[in-house]
Amino acid sequence: MARPIPASSSSSPASAVLNWFDQRLGVIGFWNQHVGQYYAPKNFNLWYYFGSLALLVFVNQIVTGIWLTMHYKPSEAEAFASVEYIMRDVEWGWLIRYMHSTGASMFFVVVYLHMFRGLMYGSYKKPRELVWTIGVAIFLLLMAEAFLGYVLPWGQMSFWGAQVIVSLFGAIPLIGPDLVIWIQGDFLPSDATLNRFFALHVIALPFALAFLIVLHLAALHEVGSNNPDGVEIKKKKDSSGKPLDGIPFHPYYTVKDLFGAGFFLIVFFFIVFFYPTGGNLFLEMDNFIPADPLVTPAHIKPVWYFTPYYAMLRAIPDKLMGVIVMGAATLILFAVPWLDRANVKSIRYRGLLSKAIIGIFAVSFVTLGWLGLQSGSELQTIVARVCTFIYFAFFITMPIWTAIDKSLPEPDRLTMDH
Amino acid sequence: MAEQTVDPGRRRFLTLTTAAVGAVGVGMAAVPFYSAWKPSARAIAAGAPTRIDISKLEMGQQVLGAWRKRPIFVIRRSEETLRLLDGEKPRLKDPDSAMVDQQPEYARNNTRSIKPEVLVVVGSCTHLGCSPKHNPDVKPEPWDAEWKGGYFCPCHNSKFDLAGRVYNGSPAPTNLVIPPHRFEGDNDSIVIVGEDPIQKAA
Amino acid sequence: MINPMTAIRFLAALLTLFAVAFAPSSASAAGATYLPFGHATTTPSDPATLQKGAQLYFNYCAGCHGLQYKRYSRLAKDLNLTEEQVLTNFNFTGAGIGDYVKSSMPKESAAWFGVAPPDLSLTARSRGIDWIYNYLLSFYPDPTRPIGWNNTVFPNASMPHVLWHYEGIKQAQFNPVEAGGHCKTVEISGQCFEGFGETSGGLHSASEYQRDMAALTSFLEYVGEPALVDRERFGPWVLLYLSLFTLIAWLLKTEYWKDVH
Repeated sequence: MARPIPASSSSSPASAVLNWFDQRLGVIGFWNQHVGQYYAPKNFNLWYYFGSLALLVFVNQIVTGIWLTMHYKPSEAEAFASVEYIMRDVEWGWLIRYMHSTGASMFFVVVYLHMFRGLMYGSYKKPRELVWTIGVAIFLLLMAEAFLGYVLPWGQMSFWGAQVIVSLFGAIPLIGPDLVIWIQGDFLPSDATLNRFFALHVIALPFALAFLIVLHLAALHEVGSNNPDGVEIKKKKDSSGKPLDGIPFHPYYTVKDLFGAGFFLIVFFFIVFFYPTGGNLFLEMDNFIPADPLVTPAHIKPVWYFTPYYAMLRAIPDKLMGVIVMGAATLILFAVPWLDRANVKSIRYRGLLSKAIIGIFAVSFVTLGWLGLQSGSELQTIVARVCTFIYFAFFITMPIWTAIDKSLPEPDRLTMDH
Repeated sequence: MAEQTVDPGRRRFLTLTTAAVGAVGVGMAAVPFYSAWKPSARAIAAGAPTRIDISKLEMGQQVLGAWRKRPIFVIRRSEETLRLLDGEKPRLKDPDSAMVDQQPEYARNNTRSIKPEVLVVVGSCTHLGCSPKHNPDVKPEPWDAEWKGGYFCPCHNSKFDLAGRVYNGSPAPTNLVIPPHRFEGDNDSIVIVGEDPIQKAA
Repeated sequence: MINPMTAIRFLAALLTLFAVAFAPSSASAAGATYLPFGHATTTPSDPATLQKGAQLYFNYCAGCHGLQYKRYSRLAKDLNLTEEQVLTNFNFTGAGIGDYVKSSMPKESAAWFGVAPPDLSLTARSRGIDWIYNYLLSFYPDPTRPIGWNNTVFPNASMPHVLWHYEGIKQAQFNPVEAGGHCKTVEISGQCFEGFGETSGGLHSASEYQRDMAALTSFLEYVGEPALVDRERFGPWVLLYLSLFTLIAWLLKTEYWKDVH
């Protein structure tokens, strides 16, 4: 059983050092508050792995990213060749590169599943609204970071993807065209654009992401974690003030997340070693051609993790409206804690209506993703419009269907899956 | 939470085993990151041996080459020069090339070379790296009334003889470095800097 | 047990993700190139295949097409050849062992051919091995072209059929395009490609030639990504280690979780 670590009374050298730091930095208290004595619900299931996995992938991106920066050259003239240099001439460079590219895609797999967990179990509801909104901010920054990163190899998709996405800003009335030139630092994506995107991708956004992740965890620990039953464990405490249905994060969840990490790494490295291009999804074929402003690729499409939003953009016939719809689709996530009027948190205790609606939402989001990868036939466009409608309807009508749905009685104490 | 049949021994064992296996994994994971700092194929290609043609090199002359971005001096020495080398020994810091890092084994001799008449030396003063000037003429010089020919470094006045050995009183601590090298071609007219002589089977 | 609804939802999401991920890439291309000879079976990490492919490449292709990211020294290492052998058999431009493979084609070649023969270092990654394999097998004589040759995989390419003396010559058969329709295969000069006729002449049999083209394709696949040799070598060990670690971590987890009810 985990005990809080008190200031040590024994005089071993290790505990002396620990005490020295504790008196000056409060390390023991910090450890107890956030790990050793952080009581988390005991019924975390499969869906609860993705938070710690997201952190693992973040660390992977930082470390492999730093190493790539040691060899990559952020200039129009040298960028493409420097990536090939890393792949061929730098010892183990190919592995570091593949870990970074696979990590980028796995980051989104993990984050999408992490967000879906939040939707299913009502993890955004009071008092966790801030955890959710900071999380949405992280999601937006992550999309920006991934977009910037994909421009860096300066292949055909890098260039034309940058061209398309930056030109979206041109749809803004009055300031649009000037804004595009300001972002690019030139009349088209060029050396100036590449260099500043490099600075943003390597320094600015990683700092911002790290800051937000710290805030995200701090906000979570302030109120305590939700769980698959949506029942607050702090309502039932024992005589010493510990939640009856809680267990200390260490050793129980450190040990469980270690196992989760192991399993995840098997999938991760299977991709790295045996399928790094991900069937043209993670590393696209067109990006092995150096950027050429005079030759437009037959199919410009974003990387898979942007395709749901890209499908929405394409489904709307008007450029400005398309941009607005795409932007609204991401921003509306912020409003979820206030749109949801249900009196239970978790989908387990909601009625059939909620279960069906959430299911339809999930299916239409994945369908939008698939559609974004296709070339967009007439039928596909119709389906995309339907799915876009479903997507927005899910959020906009949420105050209604969450309020009218009959919920099941919530249990007093947690139920265990296993 | 009643303490049921917890087996602390098993927990210890499993924890230690996980830690040990995990440590192996961390060690393995560190290898690519460590190796990525080693010279890449591009650096190795750029650091490849270079060839210097000395077929036209006359007695007492110097030709300049480069290897791994360092200047390489190759000079052809006369019999007279070689004779004078021995006499300078008392004035040298390291007359017998005892400092083994400054030359390969096959150049640890009186002439610090493979062939007595050809000196191949890194033209970088062992003090702070300036390029010493080749002054082969035997005549009194401002820096040495008894000058028997050699190298004079203009930066801080270090002096070396025509085998690259450093004189007493020089700020430079050691003899000029002899790089790995070998000869090739008709009449050994090509110097390959960066490779040791090929060992012939006995 | 695990809540079945949750599990089903989770698996459905994962399966959809993977189905999309591992679907053939041609699903996204509207006008996917017609590849009559199907998938290429390559062995890009087998030194014997690579030696054969390299021999073909350097004798017939390197005169026009460079491999600007490939070093001769790396060829020695991965093809199990000595540096001497590489320089003697593959180096016709006087390059050093550490240099990149450059073709001897000067910049003016763009004027001769209409476009300079492209560097082929990354063609296997940008067009794919199936494309390359089919391209090599799809030349036919076309008197209307300045070069005298055409190719159904890359219509109106400026490249002649360099290996015609090995393959022999086969004619391409065309039918007119149906009114208002378009070809299921490929349309060249307003005609639909139907198939190839018999091959006549040629020093090699059809199967021998296809095997050689597979070797050449394997070589280009390797040139596109030399790391595939390393991936195959280390991948299984890494996964083995991770399986072991995950197993032990799982044992540790279950042991501690005996506490939790």
